[in-house]
Amino acid sequence: MLNKYPLWKNLIILIALVIGFVYALPNLFPDDHAIQITGARSSTEIDQRILDRALDAMEAEGIAVKSSELQDRNGLIRVQNGDDQLKARPVVQEALGSDYLVALNMAPSTPDWLRSLGAGPMKLGLDLRGGVHFLLEVDMETAVEQRLEATSGQIKRELREERIRYRGGDLEGRQIVLSFRDEQSRSEAFSLIRDQYNQFLMDEQTDGDELKIVLSLSEQEVKSIQDYALEQNLTTIRNRVNELGVAEPLVQRQGADRIIVELPGVQDTAQAKRVLGATANLEFRLEARQDAPSAETESFPFRDNPQRTARLEREVIVTGNNVSNAQQAFDENGQPQVNITMDSVGGDLMNRATRNAIQRRMAVLFIEYKTETQQQMVDGEMQSVEERVVEKGIISLATIQSALGSSFRITGLDSIPEASELALLLRAGSLAAPMYFVQERTIGPSLGQKNIDAGMMSVALGFALVLVYMAIYYRGFGMIANVALTLNLMMLIACMSILSATLTLPGIAGIVLTVGMAVDANVLIFERIREELKAGVPPQSAINSGYSRAFVSIVDANITTLLVAVILFAMGSGPVKGFAITLCLGILTSMFSGLMVSRSIVNLVYGGRKIEKLSIGGKLANV
Amino acid sequence: MSDTQKKPIDFMGIRKIASVFSITLIIVSIALLATRGLNLGMDFTGGTSVELEYQQAPALAEVRTTLNEAGYSNFVVQNFGSDTTVLVRMRESGNDELAREVTGALSASGAELELVSSEFVGSQVGEELKEDSGLGLLIALAVVLIYVGMRFQFKFGIASVLPLAHDVIIVLGVFALFQWTFDLTVLAALLAVIGYSLNDTIVVADRIRENFRKLREGDSWFIINESIHQTISRTINTSGTTLVVLLALYLFGGEAINNFALALMIGVVVGTYSSIYVSANMLMVLGVSREDLMVPAKEGAVDQEEEEQPPEWLNRM
Repeated sequence: MLNKYPLWKNLIILIALVIGFVYALPNLFPDDHAIQITGARSSTEIDQRILDRALDAMEAEGIAVKSSELQDRNGLIRVQNGDDQLKARPVVQEALGSDYLVALNMAPSTPDWLRSLGAGPMKLGLDLRGGVHFLLEVDMETAVEQRLEATSGQIKRELREERIRYRGGDLEGRQIVLSFRDEQSRSEAFSLIRDQYNQFLMDEQTDGDELKIVLSLSEQEVKSIQDYALEQNLTTIRNRVNELGVAEPLVQRQGADRIIVELPGVQDTAQAKRVLGATANLEFRLEARQDAPSAETESFPFRDNPQRTARLEREVIVTGNNVSNAQQAFDENGQPQVNITMDSVGGDLMNRATRNAIQRRMAVLFIEYKTETQQQMVDGEMQSVEERVVEKGIISLATIQSALGSSFRITGLDSIPEASELALLLRAGSLAAPMYFVQERTIGPSLGQKNIDAGMMSVALGFALVLVYMAIYYRGFGMIANVALTLNLMMLIACMSILSATLTLPGIAGIVLTVGMAVDANVLIFERIREELKAGVPPQSAINSGYSRAFVSIVDANITTLLVAVILFAMGSGPVKGFAITLCLGILTSMFSGLMVSRSIVNLVYGGRKIEKLSIGGKLANV
Repeated sequence: MSDTQKKPIDFMGIRKIASVFSITLIIVSIALLATRGLNLGMDFTGGTSVELEYQQAPALAEVRTTLNEAGYSNFVVQNFGSDTTVLVRMRESGNDELAREVTGALSASGAELELVSSEFVGSQVGEELKEDSGLGLLIALAVVLIYVGMRFQFKFGIASVLPLAHDVIIVLGVFALFQWTFDLTVLAALLAVIGYSLNDTIVVADRIRENFRKLREGDSWFIINESIHQTISRTINTSGTTLVVLLALYLFGGEAINNFALALMIGVVVGTYSSIYVSANMLMVLGVSREDLMVPAKEGAVDQEEEEQPPEWLNRM
């Protein structure tokens, strides 16, 4: 029979809509402002006792509590509004002390039965909830250089152990150049290196009486070093973000050398930047012997007294990367110190180096990477030029009394904050390569709310206007299109919630645009039906051929738009991506609602009976 | 507009005038882009911006003086959305602490203010974005050309890509003329315009193809005119609903997406025009004929299958 959907087709549409309804539903429950309590160390459990202490402190300050609960590793206290939330955080932090991290959070208020179905509201982007966004760039040149330095030290150590005499070893760009006095040592060294360091391309060169081996890294090897550096930095940044105590942070790799960090709710960017970007690291080196050739030594100033310098060996025993734990403490004189535990590799290296160097002195070098801006004259114009500088200073130079193992302490730090920050950095892992901030965005909480309101307002208004437009122009069919459009909006929200896509302001703009364009499918169909009616086709077959003929146009038009939206998603960054996601999903859902849902309703209304005329507006139907 | 009982409107009759109009617009746009250039936003140039909310509306001149005294030069101070909100923009992209320093300097002068948002973009990032964006636009156009070329016919591919370039250039030209800020959101709008205008063009092209196959008589001129006539009411309605929601977005969406909405509104208007005149005109110029479409017509059976497939393929996504 014409214009009757089989039952199964109606059922499928109905089921899809019910699923859409259920998963869109959580968005009607607004998130609660909440504060979240977690242990500063992963071993610290949060129990009811801790939660009660926090609640008591809040009661004493007169902050109303909505509810509180214990989740598996943390405690959550819901409050009435954002102001209370901001007030409560320092109060609770003070009551609980520094063993616990107190963070601002938005807790979903989805009812339990919905949550058990895995339904949850859309995530709000930073521009809607406030917070900071950073884009960090990893300095890959330095990453490669550092690795080469470490490897060259290792090679030289092995050459010494094998008693192969070499003259010097320098880094030249991405190459290590070793030189030898005679052919025999060179060939011995060559085979040793070839066996153990197969990541290098080796080349023998003779320059006057210098016999050289040139080790260069293959492109592939450079790439793997850079990959490693980025992955290591990602891990480190994640650890550091956890130390900051931010709820639902985002740390993500972008491209070959960048990392995105998003910290919702954070307003104090200064602290966040200091901890995230801090590239402090340590190097342990032996003081050079008096007779050491100058090619193997380097002079460094002391950190507290730049006039004083010491000559150290070029070779690094071990760096902060091998630290497995670090705690700030005090020495006998009440001076801050950091207790360090090395991992097994680090402990081993330390032990090997120090057991042959008793009574010599070992220096601890504190290394910082900074960006400095300088005003320079370029082409007659003052321009600010960014320069990346490395500062290395000795923080302690002490005589080795006995072979060191995996645990020891460092003294010579200026202040307690410096000691505890160094401990934090060593604990959270150091960065494999320095990083620089290349982009930063701070969104205040008031702007977030304003953006939400503005977005909602424009969706509501745009939606209402389209409903009126369609109802006036297409009458009965317009109303059907309006039902389909409403369901389309619901499906779009459901899809975004299911994919837990992040809703941003451009994303809302995408929804608004989708609302305007989604009726296109119905407009196309209705115009076709009108044409058929005008051509004298009876209503039932007009409906049928209207839908089937418009189908090709709709699919073609939507697929091309979808292609563009996918390109937008793939090429875009940040705000553009948010827009592209809603646009893509919107095209898909609008095809479903425009073709299937509206047809199903039309069939239910008109299908399977004899009808004289259709309420579709236009001259013909209105005469 | 729905009065379709009358004789078809003579759309193609004014095609010469339309061509002159389009070509003039494009030349003017390109000239504007070359002379005035786009007022690129911070996303592309790099720099620092700070948005501050004052308790009481400040005099902008005073804000400038305070900043001058604090040793800054090369900045722009303007109201943003309301007279209590002040936006300070600087071209400098070397110092990622600048936003905080500026806030400090301004609040030190005794005014009660709150940091609404701040942004810092390194010059390197901006430079890359510029390249990526240009590339994105080109790829989008190329993909469209290929898809439409395959789906319809090569002449249709050209006739749908050129209007897109036409739309993009004109929107850019308007932005250059009024020196509105061109940032990432506007770029997104531009790509959406491509999507939208394409949508329009495809619908018209689809009808032209159908009519070429269906109507046994009439020359290209007649068929193209007839096709535009048959789709005009749909074109106007869809543009209408889209413009209506964009207007809502422009009025209530907030300062941050004003330019986005503007770009789209201009784009929708130009795109609607171009899908009728530029695209159809191109088909005439390229001399599309019934023979061009007869070959794919034989593949009608295959076509049918293809057309059934996309929804399933989409459902699986």
